[in-house]
Amino acid sequence: MGAVADVTDATFDEVVLKSDRPVVVDFWADWCGPCKQVSPIIEELANAHGDKVRFVKMDTNTNPVTPANNYVLGLPTIQVYVDGELVKAFKGAKSKSVLLGAIEEYL
Amino acid sequence: MHNVVIIGSGCAGLTAAIYAARANLTPLVIDGHEPGGQLSLTTHVENFPGFPDGIMGPELMDKLRAQAERFGAELITKDVAEVDLTGDIKIVKDGYGDTFAARTVILAMGSGYRKLGLAGEDRLSGHGVSWCATCDGFFFRDKDIAVIGGGDSAVEEAIFLTRFARSVTIVHRREELRASKIMAARAFKNPKISFAWNSVVTKILGDKTLTGITLQDTVSGAERELPVSGLFIAIGHDPRSELVKGQVHLDADGYVIAEGSSTKTNLSGVFASGDLVDHTYRQAVTAAGTGCAAALDAERYLTALHHADHSTVAAEQAGLLTGTAS
Repeated sequence: MGAVADVTDATFDEVVLKSDRPVVVDFWADWCGPCKQVSPIIEELANAHGDKVRFVKMDTNTNPVTPANNYVLGLPTIQVYVDGELVKAFKGAKSKSVLLGAIEEYL
Repeated sequence: MHNVVIIGSGCAGLTAAIYAARANLTPLVIDGHEPGGQLSLTTHVENFPGFPDGIMGPELMDKLRAQAERFGAELITKDVAEVDLTGDIKIVKDGYGDTFAARTVILAMGSGYRKLGLAGEDRLSGHGVSWCATCDGFFFRDKDIAVIGGGDSAVEEAIFLTRFARSVTIVHRREELRASKIMAARAFKNPKISFAWNSVVTKILGDKTLTGITLQDTVSGAERELPVSGLFIAIGHDPRSELVKGQVHLDADGYVIAEGSSTKTNLSGVFASGDLVDHTYRQAVTAAGTGCAAALDAERYLTALHHADHSTVAAEQAGLLTGTAS
């Protein structure tokens, strides 16, 4: 298993909203081309900064509830949660520098 | 020092990589943040020669990548932040302090999707506004959707979206499609697709998510609201030439200007290919074609360089290379 654990509708509350660290959530699906472009970057960031920020991914194909509750209607969507609050969101394939910039203040 | 650095990994960049690799130039391909380019976002590609049953866009790009790697191309997933292409030694910098020096650079950054330029478009991106039907169509099961545009991409997206949507309205500013006849015919006979001709979007409506759009009739000027929860924008692309602006000559629309029928730019050792230079055709196969031409032009340039006065070249390189890594 990589540095990015799966989160589901059932575990989202516990893993993301109640986390004591900032959490980056990668919403993805297997039919989404740009998701495959973003996932390796998330993996890389997790390996480098996993001690400060938690990185998780959610398969929106099998977990419809969380995306719907958080207005996710497009993939890939990267969201950042701090203390249970959604603080940042990015839609579409983003470069590593943009994603690194999003978490820089927590490192 | 690299012989060839290729910026971009769509059809143009990867075809250039295949040719440059087979010429033993061990090209370095800098992927960018959308590896595989536009085809990696599409579904069926039915017009690429050699695939009578069609091929999925991402699969075609995986094959091109494997073919380039087989002959020794090196591909790295990085974004180019800055270039200095004006000297004999080209300098390419990524966003993390790494610098690559090269004798030649092939530009293949392609084009990015065009926006409508309306308020709310960015805010509702990912919340109903989309440029990628294959990515986002799933979220619009049994919903009403609008697709903006009249070309092949727009019609292909509309047809794809009927798998999920209750209805798809193709909104086009003219009164007939620009799409190929075979695609248009498929759209016309699809019962879920209807058309809003001579119509442009003037407003994007919605707070947390998209709720509708306002359409204006280009003939009568009348406005009407179309309630939709999905808006897929397919109105074309603009060349991604920002990186080389001010160094490489661009035309008024931002396309790189190539010399005659070659891929040469105004800078020696800098070649351009694919949608970055192509006003007219913008097909996967034409991008591959100019990618090939760019690699051949680069190879000829390097051969000429090799035959040039070695002492002069060596002295210039020594001076120019000071303080740069490879």
